[in-house]
Amino acid sequence: MAFTAMVGARIRRREDPRLITGRATYVDDVKQVGTVYAAFVRSPYGHAKVRSVDASAANDDPNVLAVYTGHELHHAHGVKSSMPVAHKMADLETPPHYMLALDEVRFVGEPVAVVIANSPYAARDAVEAVAVEYEELPVVVDPLEALEGAPYVHESLGTNVAFTMPFKAGDPDKAFAEADVVVKQRMINQRLAPVPIEPRSMLASWDAGMQQLTIYSATQIPHLLRTQLAVVLGLPENRIRAIAPEVGGGFGAKLNVYAEEAVIGWASMQLERPVKYIETRSECFQAMIHGRDQVDDLEIAAKNDGTIVGLRVRIVGNLGAYHQLLTPVIPTLTLLMSCGCYRIDNIAGEVIGVFTNTMSTDAYRGAGRPEATYFVERLMDMVAQKLNMDPAEVRRKNFIPASAFPHTTATGLTYDSGSYESTMDKALKLADYAGLRKRQEELRRQGRLLGIGLSTYVEVCGMGPSAAMPAAGWDSATIRVEPTGSITVLTGVSPHGQGEETTFAQLVADELGVPIDQVTVVHGDTDKVQYGVGTFGSRGTAVGGAALKLAIESIQAKAIKIAAHQWEANPDDLEYRDGKIQVKGDPSKTLSTAEAGFLAFMGDKLPPGLEPGLDATRRFEPPNFVFPFGTHVCVVEIDAQTGEVKVEKYYAVDDCGRLLNPMIAEGQLHGGIAQGLAQALYEEVVYDENGQLVTGTLMDYAIPHAEQVPHYELDHTVTPTDVNPLGLKGIGEAGTIGSTPAVANAVIDALAPFGVAHLDMPLRPEKLWAAMHAGISGNGSVR
Amino acid sequence: MQQIELTVNGKRASFMAEPRLLLVHALRDYLGLTGTHVGCDTSSCGACTVLIDGVSAKSCTVFAVQAAGHDVTTIEGIGNADALHPMQDAFWEKHGLQCGYCTPGMIVSAVDLLQRNPNPSDAEIRAGLEGNVCRCTGYENIVKAVRTAAAALRENRPRRAVRDIEPLTPPVEEPPPSGEAIIPEQLQETKA
Amino acid sequence: MIPASFEYVKAGSVGDALRLLAEHGDGAKILAGGHSLIPMMKLRLATPSVLVDIAGIPQLDRVSVGGSRVTIGALTKHATLAASEALRDAAPVLWDAANQLGDPQVRNRGTIGGAAAHGDPSADYPAVLLALDATFTVAGRDGERDVKAADFFQGMFATALGAGELVTRIAFDAAPRSAYVKYHHPASHYAVVGVAAVLAADGPRVAVTGVGDSAFRARGVERALQGVAFDDAQAVAAACAGTARGVDARSDTFASAAYRTAMADVFAARAVTQAASR
Repeated sequence: MAFTAMVGARIRRREDPRLITGRATYVDDVKQVGTVYAAFVRSPYGHAKVRSVDASAANDDPNVLAVYTGHELHHAHGVKSSMPVAHKMADLETPPHYMLALDEVRFVGEPVAVVIANSPYAARDAVEAVAVEYEELPVVVDPLEALEGAPYVHESLGTNVAFTMPFKAGDPDKAFAEADVVVKQRMINQRLAPVPIEPRSMLASWDAGMQQLTIYSATQIPHLLRTQLAVVLGLPENRIRAIAPEVGGGFGAKLNVYAEEAVIGWASMQLERPVKYIETRSECFQAMIHGRDQVDDLEIAAKNDGTIVGLRVRIVGNLGAYHQLLTPVIPTLTLLMSCGCYRIDNIAGEVIGVFTNTMSTDAYRGAGRPEATYFVERLMDMVAQKLNMDPAEVRRKNFIPASAFPHTTATGLTYDSGSYESTMDKALKLADYAGLRKRQEELRRQGRLLGIGLSTYVEVCGMGPSAAMPAAGWDSATIRVEPTGSITVLTGVSPHGQGEETTFAQLVADELGVPIDQVTVVHGDTDKVQYGVGTFGSRGTAVGGAALKLAIESIQAKAIKIAAHQWEANPDDLEYRDGKIQVKGDPSKTLSTAEAGFLAFMGDKLPPGLEPGLDATRRFEPPNFVFPFGTHVCVVEIDAQTGEVKVEKYYAVDDCGRLLNPMIAEGQLHGGIAQGLAQALYEEVVYDENGQLVTGTLMDYAIPHAEQVPHYELDHTVTPTDVNPLGLKGIGEAGTIGSTPAVANAVIDALAPFGVAHLDMPLRPEKLWAAMHAGISGNGSVR
Repeated sequence: MQQIELTVNGKRASFMAEPRLLLVHALRDYLGLTGTHVGCDTSSCGACTVLIDGVSAKSCTVFAVQAAGHDVTTIEGIGNADALHPMQDAFWEKHGLQCGYCTPGMIVSAVDLLQRNPNPSDAEIRAGLEGNVCRCTGYENIVKAVRTAAAALRENRPRRAVRDIEPLTPPVEEPPPSGEAIIPEQLQETKA
Repeated sequence: MIPASFEYVKAGSVGDALRLLAEHGDGAKILAGGHSLIPMMKLRLATPSVLVDIAGIPQLDRVSVGGSRVTIGALTKHATLAASEALRDAAPVLWDAANQLGDPQVRNRGTIGGAAAHGDPSADYPAVLLALDATFTVAGRDGERDVKAADFFQGMFATALGAGELVTRIAFDAAPRSAYVKYHHPASHYAVVGVAAVLAADGPRVAVTGVGDSAFRARGVERALQGVAFDDAQAVAAACAGTARGVDARSDTFASAAYRTAMADVFAARAVTQAASR
C-alpha cells in the first residue's frame, strides 16, 4: 500500500474508543484525594451596589471550609484581581473586571463570593446560606439605549461606549449618489448562548511542597490560561501547569480565561487542598460568554443590472458589562468581512462597542464573521428582490472572479484563493436550483409556501498572523521519534472534538512512513507540550497542522543526514519517498524513519557534528489568514396556519482546500450548519428590561434536537492556498457562517408572496405568522 | 444517610448516602463510573442517560435511593474495548461523535430506541432521540450510526474488540458527491 | 443543581402512603416517577421535608379496558400507555398524548398520576382527561372519593387534591373517535398549545392545554361543532374559531397570548379532524 493512502482517507478517529466506551477523562472525572468543592454566590440583579455580604451562617456549617468575597481577593498578596483582556485597540475603555465583585454587580450571574465546602451538595447548600444585601441600580440591556446615555454600566466612565472605530474606503457618497437603487435595512443579529454540553469545569490543585499550581480546565487554550493565571495570581509562569483533558465542546466559549478559574486557583493555594468547580447549566447560561448581539444599520447601493457599487455599515456591538478575553475584537471582525465574496470598492463603516448590564459577548463559533455574512447575504437577496432578479444572478454579477486572487478587499484583507462562481454552480446543480424554482412556482399556485435560500460565503480563519491577532497567532509542533520507532507528536493546539489526534497522525504516518498506530498525538498539557496558542478561529489544522508539517520536514532532513552517513552518500542525493529514505529515484535500498531514529538514539553511528536524537520542534507563523468559502442552498416550507418552518433540504458545497480526512471535515460542517441554522430559526438569549435572564435553562433556550434539523447533502471543491505548507484552510466555523443566511433567505423567500422583505432572527413561527397575517411589507422588523 | 444497594453493570453495589443523592452522582462519585455525564439541571440534555431495569432513564432525575433494588446499566456496561456494543462500533465507524460528551447518553438512548423499534426509519431515529442533545455533530452521523447499528443487531453480528478493528481500518476511496454511503456496508463484513 | 435535604420513606400500600403523609404533615410530598417533582427540587423551587415513595405500591401501574370503561392506575408510566394497543383502540386521545409527552426517558419514568397531580398548565394530560370527562379516584384518610376532571384541575399547579391525599386511579368511557394534537415547545417539549378532541355519542368534547393558567373545555366550540360534517374542513375550522375565547392566555418568549389564542383554533380544528378520521 502506498504511503500516500492515509492523508485524504476516511479513517475512524483514533480518539473515539475511549469516548464511546465511557472511559474518557473530562475535568469532572478527575478525582483527587482531599478535593473540596466551590460554589459561587452570584448576583440576582442586573445592576446593584453590594452593600454587605454576610457569610456567618455559611461559616457555621461544619462542612464549609471558607467563604471568600471580592474584597478578600482584591487585597490578597500578589493577586491582581482585575481580569485580563487581550486586545491591541487604541482608545478602548477598559473598566476593571474583578474576579469577584467588589462593591457593584453589573449583570445577573456576576460572582460575588465563593463558598468552599466538603462536597458539591454542601457547597450548594452553603450558597443559600450567604446573605448579600444589594441596592438596585438602574439597568440598561438594549445596546441602542445604552448608546444614548445614562444609566451607565460603569458610572466612572460617564459613557457606555467602549470604543468607536470609523472606516472609509473609496468614495461611498459618490457611489450612493450615482446608484440606481438603494436598499436600507436595520438587521439585528441576536444574542446567542454557545451551550457546549459540558459546562465550564475546573479543578485547581496547589502543591505547597513544589510550590506548583496545577489547573485542569475545560479550556481551548491551556497555555494562554497558564499565562493569564500567572499574571493575575502573581505566580511565576513555570509554577503553573494547565491541563485541558477531554473537553466537552467549546465553540469559542472556552477560548477564554474566566474569573472562576483564577478564584479556585487562589482558593486552592489558601486551603492547600484541590478545589473543584463544575458549573451548573443555569450558571453556564448566566456567566459563560455569549455570542453575536449586534445591531447593524445597512445601506447598499446598486445599479439596475445588479452591480453593487457601495455599502454603508454601522455596527453596534453589545459587549455586555465587561471585556472578556476578546470581547471588543469581535464586532471589528464583522466590519473587516463586510465585503463578503463580492467586489465592493466604496464602503463607509463604523463599529461602536457598548457596555450593557448583560454577560459579556465574545467569540462564539464564527465570531464576527457570521454577522457580516448574514447581512451581506441578506442584502444580496434584498437587492435581487428589489430588482426582480434571481438571487444567484445578483451574486454572480458581483463575485470576485477566480482570476483576481490574491485579492485585497476594500476593508484591507487579502483573500488568498477562491473560485466562488464554480462553487456556486456546483451547489446549484447539486440542489437542482432551476427545478426547485419551478417546484416553488407550482406550490405557490396551490397556496403552499416553499422558500429557497442561497448563501455564498467567504470567511477569514486560520487565526492568524501574529501582527493581526490580539495575542500570538503562531502555533507549534514537536515530533519525537522514540528509540523503538513509535512517534510522539506534541501539538500546541488543543483539540476538543476536531479530531487532530487522527488527522495529525494521518499526516505523520504518510510522511514519516510509520503505521498510524505507532503515532500518538499529545495535547492540552503545558508540562508536556511546548507553548502553543490553542484551538479556535478554525486554526487547529491550518496553523497547528502547518507547524507539524514543518516539524516533519526537520525530522526528514535529519534522518536523511543519518542515512547518508550510513550509506556514505551525499545527503543531497537522498530523498524521502513513500515515507522512506532512498537514493533519488532508486527504491532498491531504503532506510525507515524508525531505523534512522534508532541510529540517532544509539548515537555512535552519526555523522560528525550531528547531535544524537531524532526530534524537532517547529513553529508556524502564518503569513496571512486563510479564506474558505462555499455556497449553501436551503429549502424550507412554512406552515401557513402556524408559521412553523420545516427545513426540507439542505445542500452545501464548501471549499477549504485540501482535506486530510474528509469524514472529519464533513462532521465539522454538519455541526456548523446545525448551529447556524439554529441561530436562524430557534435560538435567542433574552434579558428582560430589568436585566433578568429569561432564557436561563434548556427548557427555555432552544438548541436543536435531531428532529429539528435536516439531512445535509454535502459536496466540495478544492482550491488550495499557499498561505501554509499543507494547502488547506480551516473548516470548523464555515458551516455556521454559511448556513445562517441560507436558512434566513429561504424563509424570507417563502414569504415573498406576502411582500416581506426582511424579518429579524430568530425566525420563530409567531413572527412569520404575524408577518403573513398582517401582510407586513418589510422594511422593519416584526418582533 | 441510608444504605443503598443496587446492581450496576451486573455487579452488586452498596453504599451509604443521603436520600437526596442523585443516581448520576452515585454512579460517578460513589462507584467511579464517570462515563455518565451531567449536562444540564432541567432533565433536558440526556447526557446522563442510563438503563434502569433495561429501559432508558435520565439518572439526574432519579434519586439513588429510588434505584435501590434495581438493575442499572451505564455506558461502561453497554460495552468495552474488548467487546464493543454494535452501537458503540457504529458511532465510531460513522463519526457519530466529536467532543464525546453527549455520546454515552446518546448511545444508551439509541440502544433503548432499537429495543423498542429494531428497524427504525431516519425520522423515527430522530424522534426517538428527542431526549438527547448534541451540539457538535448536527445529528447527521448519529442518525447514520443508529441505522448502521440497527442493521448489525438485526443480523446478529458479533461484537468486536477495538484492537481487531483499528489496525485493519483501510483507507476508503472518495464517496459519491452526495456525502452519503461514506463506508460501504459490505465493508462491515469484510472487517468482521 | 442539587436538591435540598429531605427524609425518604417508602410506602408499601395506599394505606401505608396515607398514614405516612398524615404522620409527616405539610412538608411531605408523594414521589412516584419523580419527573415533575425532582426537576422542581433540583432548582429548589420545591423543598419538601419528606418524600413518600409510592412507586412500589402494587396494582396501580396498569391499564384495564373492561367493556366500554377504561381504568388506569395512577402509577402507570407514560411509556406503558404509549405502548398499549388496548388504549390506542379504546382512547387514542390519551395514547397520542402519552406518545408525545416529554421524551423517551421521561416517558419511561413518569406516571400519569404524578403528571396529572402536578397541575402544570402546559402539560398534555389535563386537556386529554378533561375531554375524556375522566373521573379521578382520590384516596384520603376518610376513604376514597371521586373527582371529575373538570373539578380536579383548578389553576396553575393547583388541583383538587388535598394535603394527605393521593390519586389512585383515573377512569373514563372508551372514546375510539378521539385525538390529541400538540404544538411542541422547541426547548421544553411541553405544549405551547395542545388540544384534545373526543367525539362521543352525546356530542363532541374539546379541551385545551398550554394556553391559559389551566386546561379548559372549549364549550363554545363543542356547541358550534354540533351537526358539523367533520370532513368539511372549512366548517370545522369555522366551528373552532374562538377556541380560547374568554381565556386569559399566557405569553412567553416563544409565543404571545395572541398567538397562543390563534393557535388554539388551528389545533382544535386539527384535533377534531383527526378524531373524526378514526
